[in-house]
Amino acid sequence: MIEVTARYFAAFRERAGRDTERVHTQARTAADLYGELARRHGFADSMTRCKVAINDELADWNVALTAGDEVLFFPPVAGG
Amino acid sequence: MFKITSAVIDPAARKRELEQSAAGACVTFEGWVRNHNEGEAVQALEYEAHQAIAEKEGARIVAEAIERFAITAVHCEHRVGKLAIGDCAVWVGVSAAHRGAAFDACRYVIDETKARVPIWKKEHYASGTTGWVNCATKVAG
Repeated sequence: MIEVTARYFAAFRERAGRDTERVHTQARTAADLYGELARRHGFADSMTRCKVAINDELADWNVALTAGDEVLFFPPVAGG
Repeated sequence: MFKITSAVIDPAARKRELEQSAAGACVTFEGWVRNHNEGEAVQALEYEAHQAIAEKEGARIVAEAIERFAITAVHCEHRVGKLAIGDCAVWVGVSAAHRGAAFDACRYVIDETKARVPIWKKEHYASGTTGWVNCATKVAG
């Protein structure tokens, strides 16, 4: 188990009812963690349409998580 | 340069920054807030961004445009916060020696910005409900 901080934006933040939370998880990757948190909060967006950032840098979903990471979940973007 | 801003975009001022004596063409694009989307009457929009990551990804897009097209200057600016119908939400400007590169680079920057930059759009509908554009995740209210 590791502890990381999850941060939510836009639709994810409103759906989860919070912008950040500490998560104790067995997730090894950002993708695993998204799956876990999507189930918990009811995020309906396919991971392939979302983005993840780790410690303020856009990251690959398959990157391994480290204790203390701040993992930012971005729902599908809609600029313009 | 790529900027996220909560201030009103001034297209005339931004355009002046593109002026160069080697430039023979200038193409600009303005994205405006419209009063409808997918059959719903829209009253206002709210844009949210992760500013640091948005500006970093935007800077990459601008650098790619400079690399791919023969242009002399490029700038993109995107609003955040609450916007009214008719407001300018995004502005892209490109100058180049010739028009082809200016058109192509302008199109590239707006298309990549819409696809890649962490900016989200919440629509406020005339019916009193709201919705996050492109999102399957639904929020009560």
